[in-house]
Amino acid sequence: MAALHDLTVAQLVARLRAKEVSAAEVAQHFLARAKAHDALGAWLAMNEEVTLAQARSADRRLAAGEVAPLLGVPVAHKDIFVTRDFPSTAGSKMLQGYQSPFDATVVARLAQAGAVSLGKLNCDEFAMGSSNENSAYRVARNPWDPQRVPGGSSGGSAVAVAARLAPAATGTDTGGSIRQPASFCGITGIKPTYGRVSRYGMIAFASSLDQAGPMARTAEDCALLLSAMCGPDPDRDSTSLEEPPQDFTAGLGASLEGLRIGVPREFFGAGLAPDVRAAIDGALQEYRRMGAQLVEISLPRTELSIPVYYIIAPAEASSNLSRYDGVKFGHRAKQYGDLVDMYQKTRAEGFGDEVKRRIMVGTYVLSHGYYDAYYLQAQKIRRMIADDFQQAFRQCDVIAGPVAPTVAWKLGEKADDPVANYLADIFTLPASLAGLPGMSIPCGFGAAGMPVGLQLIGNYLAEARLLNVAHRYQQATDFHQRIPVAVDAAPEARA
Amino acid sequence: MSSTLIHGYEIVIGFETHAQLSTQSKIFSRAPTAFGAEPNTQACPVDLALPGTLPVMNKGAVERAIEFGLAVNAHVAPRSVFARKNYFYPDLPKGYQISQYEIPVVQGGVVEFYLGEEKRAVRLVRAHLEEDAGKSLHEDFVGQSGIDLNRAGTPLLEIVTEPDMRSSGEAVAYARELHKIVTWIGICDGNMQEGSFRCDANVSVRKPGAPLGTRREIKNLNSFKFMQQAIDYEIRWQIEELEDGRAIEQATVLFDPDTGETRAMRTKEDAADYRYFPDPDLPPLVIASDWVERVRARMGELPRVMASRFVASYGLPEYDATTLTQGKAMAAYFEAAALASGQPKLASNWIMGELSRRLNAENLAMEQVPVPAQKLAALIGRIADGTISNNAARQVFDDLWTKGGEVDAVIEAKGLKQMNDTGALEKIVDDVIAANADNVAQFKAGKDKAFNALVGQVMKASKGKANPAQVNELLRRKLA
Repeated sequence: MAALHDLTVAQLVARLRAKEVSAAEVAQHFLARAKAHDALGAWLAMNEEVTLAQARSADRRLAAGEVAPLLGVPVAHKDIFVTRDFPSTAGSKMLQGYQSPFDATVVARLAQAGAVSLGKLNCDEFAMGSSNENSAYRVARNPWDPQRVPGGSSGGSAVAVAARLAPAATGTDTGGSIRQPASFCGITGIKPTYGRVSRYGMIAFASSLDQAGPMARTAEDCALLLSAMCGPDPDRDSTSLEEPPQDFTAGLGASLEGLRIGVPREFFGAGLAPDVRAAIDGALQEYRRMGAQLVEISLPRTELSIPVYYIIAPAEASSNLSRYDGVKFGHRAKQYGDLVDMYQKTRAEGFGDEVKRRIMVGTYVLSHGYYDAYYLQAQKIRRMIADDFQQAFRQCDVIAGPVAPTVAWKLGEKADDPVANYLADIFTLPASLAGLPGMSIPCGFGAAGMPVGLQLIGNYLAEARLLNVAHRYQQATDFHQRIPVAVDAAPEARA
Repeated sequence: MSSTLIHGYEIVIGFETHAQLSTQSKIFSRAPTAFGAEPNTQACPVDLALPGTLPVMNKGAVERAIEFGLAVNAHVAPRSVFARKNYFYPDLPKGYQISQYEIPVVQGGVVEFYLGEEKRAVRLVRAHLEEDAGKSLHEDFVGQSGIDLNRAGTPLLEIVTEPDMRSSGEAVAYARELHKIVTWIGICDGNMQEGSFRCDANVSVRKPGAPLGTRREIKNLNSFKFMQQAIDYEIRWQIEELEDGRAIEQATVLFDPDTGETRAMRTKEDAADYRYFPDPDLPPLVIASDWVERVRARMGELPRVMASRFVASYGLPEYDATTLTQGKAMAAYFEAAALASGQPKLASNWIMGELSRRLNAENLAMEQVPVPAQKLAALIGRIADGTISNNAARQVFDDLWTKGGEVDAVIEAKGLKQMNDTGALEKIVDDVIAANADNVAQFKAGKDKAFNALVGQVMKASKGKANPAQVNELLRRKLA
């Protein structure tokens, strides 16, 4: 029989329902495994007592015959979601030890569906970054090569799932923060349509872009989790869509015969690394074999999405992060003179470099005299980018291409070059700016044996189709089943 | 628009008023808005700006904004936008205030009122929804400040006028009228001491025909009395500065009621860059026309509509109609008294005169008038049918006010019935003519004043019971 950590969420649910294993046993197994592989740096907060209490509660619900979609399944949360039972830091010193009096809607809904929380996962500070190197607490390592980054900002989530320390995790995606680490770590992740999942309790980075989603090993598992996470939240989040919750597993398995896959030519330019390109091409051929037809499309403003995103996201962030002022909660400088000095020292000490950089950029682009030239202009182009997608979706049903131009890079390689980091977001930013759902699924390996992810982008609210397109691929291929064997070969060596 | 010059300067005043909307809960959260609770007990995670919290629009606040828009004949925008006004201050929990900037919910509109007998109209630029900040408490904390966030997130409607007012009197009259409107339609409790209705006055002076002068903004005027004092002081100060050859610098000033002076808080150089941008947490506020119509259908008669009706149905002068519609209670009282007595103008005179005088003297609200409208109507009936004189009626009214009782019983008990016995009156008139030969002679020589003196003597001799019209008539006949 397979080890518990080799099971998918769907398989775990079946075992738990059949009472072949208890939720407490499952939770204990994953806690022990997470501790044994702590050197991967996936966790920021763990609390065995809390996790086991939740697991025992799930066992009671199971014993009572309750059928909840995720009853007894352990899930770990990106430390961007606030939680009552664990500290919530957003990977920032600013919120060291911060205890939220309420649970994020995503956390509450997963708990309602029966999930057991394994604690809080590492991420880039306030979700700003694409390597997890901006975490104020610890380095997160890619399970396929611990000298490489896991991607970001949901780096801890990707590490936990890829190393099978958790069956699934939550992530958030503002400009690619679910898709890119999923790609770098060889797992499956989906960023839903903006507004599909409530943002209440997600520590805000860029409000008009932030969206939560699941990260797991298979598309089917993502469908299970997303079904529990999504749905309107009108009393808490005004931007949540009215669209009722949906069972995304229901449509899995439908044939891809006649599916039109749009391939944007701008995603295959000179910046795309050959090893990534080869893997993506292979995936596209696989789809063709499955009956889909490939259609060349154009997303002409792909390059513009970088400056547009790096105006809008910092602008919103500069305002969203104003609340961290040392007055009400979080870090406050120990020594200060007057009020302004308190603000300055508190924020200088509490925020890391990348966060400060974005606050400064955001403050600048919103300033009097610059607003029209930057922010307003960026909003106009953002609308054009969304229109470009609508044009494209007249010719195709889904869009496919790379998630990132390269595989995971070495730790420290781009740490001193923020612009290089920004440029690597080029393929994930357009869907974020348009508010469209996007996925990353494992589709091969690059030169260094590092995973490559295929990005699938759907039209608004087309998550079910997207998940099915991913699911069918995973039935035909086994890239998603490959595991970073080194993790279990010699865990002590890295500890 | 006519204006009074002061030392050759024209006064220009515009207003910004923050009316606290009378919702049970806050504008973007469900925390209660009640005044006077223990610090920080009425602030929920949203008001405290805890990480992960988001604003959700309170529909009740929007409805109140719509009601205001309808009350001042403004355009209720089908789509308006919330924006963030960014600045750091300890009692501003998010580091920004959610307000409306480029597209407010209420656009245009006009506030009409009487300044003395003259009708005035002040145009509104806009009225927008926004949240209030908390309070910084500087007393009670040695070397530190306390923060009370109970008020944070309280819904406000900021009402902005064109610079249409030309005197402090007009400014106060506008503020009173606005206060009347918001309390009449019930969107604001109007309590100025508790800060529910706060006015900022933008004041500038200029030579007639010159472009607008540089303005100074007097903040937080929370009584009509201080408003008048503050503006008067500010006008004098600005004129003196200009006369002394100094330019006015744009500034925000505070009025100190103890010294009666205004002093600058900050000048334009300190003006912050608020970095306004549309709040991405709140979709545009969409108000469909059927929502506006539902609100309109539910709203009672507006004061200016009621005033026009009083003019049309009761034949009242505009001035009376406007005065009587200062508040719902007074208007209802008038209408009851007018209908019961069939004498609308007399009812109006009594309410605007004797009744208002006593209310003011005793500092009572209209709701506390001890004489019901039906009794005033009965009293007016007795004047109209000649039973008592106006003077006698005032005595009856005083009795009704202080002791209660019925109109006829009071007249009887005080012996105030007019002398309708012509024979008895004729005797008194004859006696007065006989005893006042001087006056008679003067009257015959053409001095009207002498006639009045004779009337007075007759009234005195009749102990006020004589009907003045009858006395006039008798005297004229006998002296002819």
